[in-house]
Amino acid sequence: MMGRELFYLFIFPGFLFAATAGCLAGVLDRKLSARFQFRVGPPWHQNLVDILKLFGKETILIRESLTALYVAAPLVALGSTMLAAAVIGGAVFFRVNLAGDLFFFVYLLLLFPVSLILGAFASGNVYAALGAGRESNLLVAYELPFCLSLLIPVIKTGYTLRLTEIIARQATQGVAIGSLSGVLGFLAMVLCLQAKMGLVPFDLAEAETELAGGILMEYSGPLLGCWRLGHQMQYVILPLAVVALFLGGFSGPGPAAYLGGVLKYLGVVLLMIVIKNTNPRVRVGSLLGFFWKPLSLLAAVGVILAVAGV
Amino acid sequence: MGWYNRVLTKSLWVFHVSASPCNNCDIEILDLLTPAYDVERFGIRLVGSIRHADLLLVTGVVGRKISTRVLRLYHQAPKPILVVAVGTCPAGGSTFKESYTRAGPLDKVLPVDIFIPGCPPKPEAIIAGIIKLAERLT
Repeated sequence: MMGRELFYLFIFPGFLFAATAGCLAGVLDRKLSARFQFRVGPPWHQNLVDILKLFGKETILIRESLTALYVAAPLVALGSTMLAAAVIGGAVFFRVNLAGDLFFFVYLLLLFPVSLILGAFASGNVYAALGAGRESNLLVAYELPFCLSLLIPVIKTGYTLRLTEIIARQATQGVAIGSLSGVLGFLAMVLCLQAKMGLVPFDLAEAETELAGGILMEYSGPLLGCWRLGHQMQYVILPLAVVALFLGGFSGPGPAAYLGGVLKYLGVVLLMIVIKNTNPRVRVGSLLGFFWKPLSLLAAVGVILAVAGV
Repeated sequence: MGWYNRVLTKSLWVFHVSASPCNNCDIEILDLLTPAYDVERFGIRLVGSIRHADLLLVTGVVGRKISTRVLRLYHQAPKPILVVAVGTCPAGGSTFKESYTRAGPLDKVLPVDIFIPGCPPKPEAIIAGIIKLAERLT
């Protein structure tokens, strides 16, 4: 029993799978972004090589930092991402509920930005602190529409919070995106994921051109590798969560289910890359305005419509 | 460390140090990132923080005042770190050879792995230099 859970956590939907697939999806992002700019882009194994390189470099601990927090933050982030990958992957690939339901999954996703903020503040760098302030603004902005849009598939599938139940009921009664409320929820969700991943219109915490790496400025070597790896793993977890909640997961008989599921996943990733490459970075003020006014309204309307059964 | 150098040279993250340059070399370095040359093909990226760097790209006649800062940047970078001097200035001083503000050639300040001369060197020459450095390391 214990062995199977460790396998889920470290090998298949967990660490090893999410890290490899995430790095490949990350390269897809870099490659397509390069094609958008008429460049050639990196080879397919680039992100794996980057991570491997970071784990062989020196880590510099800063005298002015809170060293314990500074070291613990990336490890907590990587661990929580691993667990989130096991939870969502277990529900999608094996139809088993590992450790918890949708609430637990949302909580695990929240641990990554929170430890990012703590780690950046602990490093004692001004630019990192600025980036952390922006990241906490971002967190406050996207959590409301994110949670509202999560409610829509929950309501559509008869008020269940179990991930496996949500996927199973969509297989019998049609996918959540097949209705008006589902479409609204999907739109709000994809934009929130963009912010959660720190992709371009909402990348103001890292903001290479303004803050010189911002939030991760002082991290080097293996600790930076942990951050990068956690970020690459999110390329698997978050689109997979959208596939599970709105598009019915990997449902259907045999290999057709896997083919369809992978196509759905690639579709969501592609949508995120297109949004990334066609929008410039927003300011903090317009970010808060966008997430709180139009997007929360959109998601709230979606929830009301879902309750009414539309 | 043979295998690690092979990994390192496939993913060089570059930190650009302007040590009192005339900005010509810097413009040529920016050309490397444009669609015509696109050094991301070799896994090379320009990073904003010295803590992420694998390679210091130094341009300019290293002036007396900036030389201490260049050395400090070298110490702040996580090891192993490579140093590439771009242009004639860090090597021979070019027009500013006799200048009283010059701190001498760059390898008097810190260990240099490769010099890429030229005023400014063409982007092709910079790419060729970095590839040569990678070949020497592996």
